[in-house]
This record gives sequence, C-alpha cells and structure tokens, in this order.
Amino acid sequence: MARNRSKRSKISIPSKYILLGFTILCVVMMVLSYTTDVLNGPFEAIAGYTIVPFQKGISRAGNWLTSRSDNIKRMQALTEENEELKNTVAELTLQINDLQQDKFELSELRQLYALDERYNSYKKIGARVIGKDAGNWFSFFQIDKGSNDGIEVDMNVIAGGGLVGVVTDVGPNWASVRSIIDDSSNVSGMVLSTSDLCIVSGDLELMNDGYIQFSQLIDEKDIIGQGDQIVTSYISDKYLPGISIGYISHLNKDANNMTKSGYITPVVDFKHIETVLVILEKKQLKE
Amino acid sequence: MLRKIVVLLIVVIGFLLQGSVFSGISMGGIVPNIMIIITSSFGFMRGKNEGMVIGFFCGLIMDVFYGDILGFYALLYLVIGYLNGFFRSIFYPEDIKLPMILIAASELAYCFLSFVFLFMLRGKFHLGYYFVHIFLPEIAYTILVTLIIYKLILWVNERLELWEKRRS
Repeated sequence: MARNRSKRSKISIPSKYILLGFTILCVVMMVLSYTTDVLNGPFEAIAGYTIVPFQKGISRAGNWLTSRSDNIKRMQALTEENEELKNTVAELTLQINDLQQDKFELSELRQLYALDERYNSYKKIGARVIGKDAGNWFSFFQIDKGSNDGIEVDMNVIAGGGLVGVVTDVGPNWASVRSIIDDSSNVSGMVLSTSDLCIVSGDLELMNDGYIQFSQLIDEKDIIGQGDQIVTSYISDKYLPGISIGYISHLNKDANNMTKSGYITPVVDFKHIETVLVILEKKQLKE
Repeated sequence: MLRKIVVLLIVVIGFLLQGSVFSGISMGGIVPNIMIIITSSFGFMRGKNEGMVIGFFCGLIMDVFYGDILGFYALLYLVIGYLNGFFRSIFYPEDIKLPMILIAASELAYCFLSFVFLFMLRGKFHLGYYFVHIFLPEIAYTILVTLIIYKLILWVNERLELWEKRRS
C-alpha cells in the first residue's frame, strides 16, 4: 500500500516540472560534454557493455546473411549460366548431328550422281582408268576397282553413255577391260529403230580412224541408213541389252546381196577415257 | 517493473534494428527513424510523462553513439515525447490515422529541429535541398515502416496493460 501511494504521489507531479527537470538535465549534460569529457567515460562504458555486443552479434549475423545471399545470388547466376550452356551444347550437338548426316548424304549423293546418270536400272560402280596398253586408243585398259568392289569377269563397262567394253580379268582391287574397238572384240548389236541384228567387231585398221565395224546386218526393207543408232542386242551372251554402241556412219551392201556392213562411229570417245562405270550385273544365261 | 524492462528492451532493440537491419535495407542511404516511432507511440499511448522518459532514453542512446554533444538528441526526443503525450486523450488503438499523422509530424519536427541546430547553426542554410533529399524520403520511409513497428508496439503495450490490470 505504501508503495502504491508513493507511486501515485510520483505521478501527481505535473508533467511540466518533469519536462523542466529533464530539460535541465539535458542542458547540463550538453554543457558538460561540450566543455569537459567527464560524461564520455561512463556512458560509453555502459554502452560498450550493453549495446555494442548486440550490435556486434547483429552485424555478424548480417554479414553472414549477406554472404549467404551473395552465395545464393551467385549460385542462381551460375545455375542460369549452366542451363544456358547446356542448352547451347544441346543445340550444337544437334547441329553437328545434322551436319554429319548432311555430309554423309552429300557423299552418297555425289557418288550416286556420278554413277547413276544413265542406265538407271542397272547397279553400277564408278572406276578410274589407271593404265592402258600402248597407243592412244584404249583397246585394253585397267581400272582401279576389282573383286573387292564386286566386279567380276564379263561385266559390262560403260562411259559417257555408251558401251566401252567388257571385263576380262579381275584382281582384288583392279580389273582389266577389253574395249569394243579391240580387234578381238565381237558384240552382238542391233539397230535400235528396226531391231535388226548385226555383229559389231573391233578392227585394228579402223581403230586409228575412230570407227568400229559392223557386219551381217540383214536389212530386207532397206530402210536403215546413216545415223541410225546401234545398241547391244538382247541375244548377246555377254552384253546387257540396250546399251548404246554408236551410230552408223558408212553403210555398204555386201557382195552376197543379202546383208549389209559398214562403220560405226562409237558414242564413247575412246581417246579420252578417264572414268568408267562398271555395271554390276551380268547377263544371266542358261548354262 | 516489467513495463520498464520491456520498454527498455524495445528501445534497445529499436536502436539495434535501426543501426543494422534497416541500414542494410536503406533506400538511397535513407534509414527509417525507429526511435521516433517508439517515442511518439509511447507518447500518445501512455501520456506525457512516459513519452518524455522514453524519449529521453532513446535520445540518450543516439547521443552516445552518434551525437557530438551528449544531451542534444535526448532533449529533442524528450520534447517530442512530451508533445505527443497531449494527444493521449483522442487516441484510440483501432484508429491508425492519428498515429500515422503524429509520427509523421514528429518526424518532420525532428528533421527540422535537427537541421536548425546541426546545420543552420553551422551556417548551412539550404533548407530546400535538405527538405527534398533528406526530410521527405526519411518521412516517407518512416511512415512505411510505422505500419509494421507501430502494430508491434501497440500489441506489446496492450499485453502490458492487460498484465498490469490483472496484477492490481
């Protein structure tokens, strides 16, 4: 009770006086601190023991939080960068795959283009001429593909859209070709327009003029003339049918008055053969 | 006794927060004035005397750590606490407008008086510059923070009053 009464009496002091008291206290403190440093010691000591430790703790916590948030920010940045890089890698991988596919396709198409211009129905392989017998004309020559590439004896060789010859010998990586202008070559030919048959044979004498001979052409109606195309016939035992040989340039009636013979200008330029196509199909014959 | 300890804690925590957390989230170098919020709040919640005493201690802490002359901020805050005490008769806890206006006015008075005594007396009279670049941002930020701090102080004060009622 006594405490309560004393409290009440304290409160009953008008606020004006309390204000006045505090103001005087403040002014005194101001004057003291301005003129002397008496007050600095105790207040700062009290503050140093009461508030500074908390401040230190808070600042340490703040620093920790700041460093953590920095770390998190850095991590976020790194994560974003990582994702970006991953995306880039994925894109680049895709691009590389595409390019590789394109490259593969390109090489394939190039091969096909080179080999497949004509006689599409036959499977063919391109080959480079690597050697020939003496003389300007290719009667026998070697190519750089052999049995390893599926070439066999008696396969037909074409170049520039016309018949070149036939494979006579095969090694693992080479083959020799006897061309149709060779003196020992005989091809069963056919006039394309009338389907009349004839024998096309190489001739050593004509070789230098760039002709090959044909004979035994039966032309009863007498309608075959110069410029008619001669192709391999369907009765040939080695040559696939329908391959162009050349065009008739000279036509003579034989002495027997039944058959005709003459010269053919071959389609292929036998002076300049660099690459040939070997048809990887042989004529199937009953044995 | 409990009230004294709690209020002292509030003042110390407010001071620590102002120097650490709110400095960390300061906008353009402007820190909200938590001490003004505490002084003003207790002024209009509890009356002249308590506002005065709390203001005195708030100012004293400020003086010890930041002031050149011990007692200047103490006097400033105790006057502000005392003046806020006049509005206790029209204070209602549910109403947020009066506290906001009073805290803003206190902040303005604090800024202006600080300017007068700490700048004008040293011959720096660019009131317009200080008003735009320091007063207004500080007042705005303080009012923003008031919305949170004042609610906390109000809640603590209500708890204390409930506790005192139960004791008596």
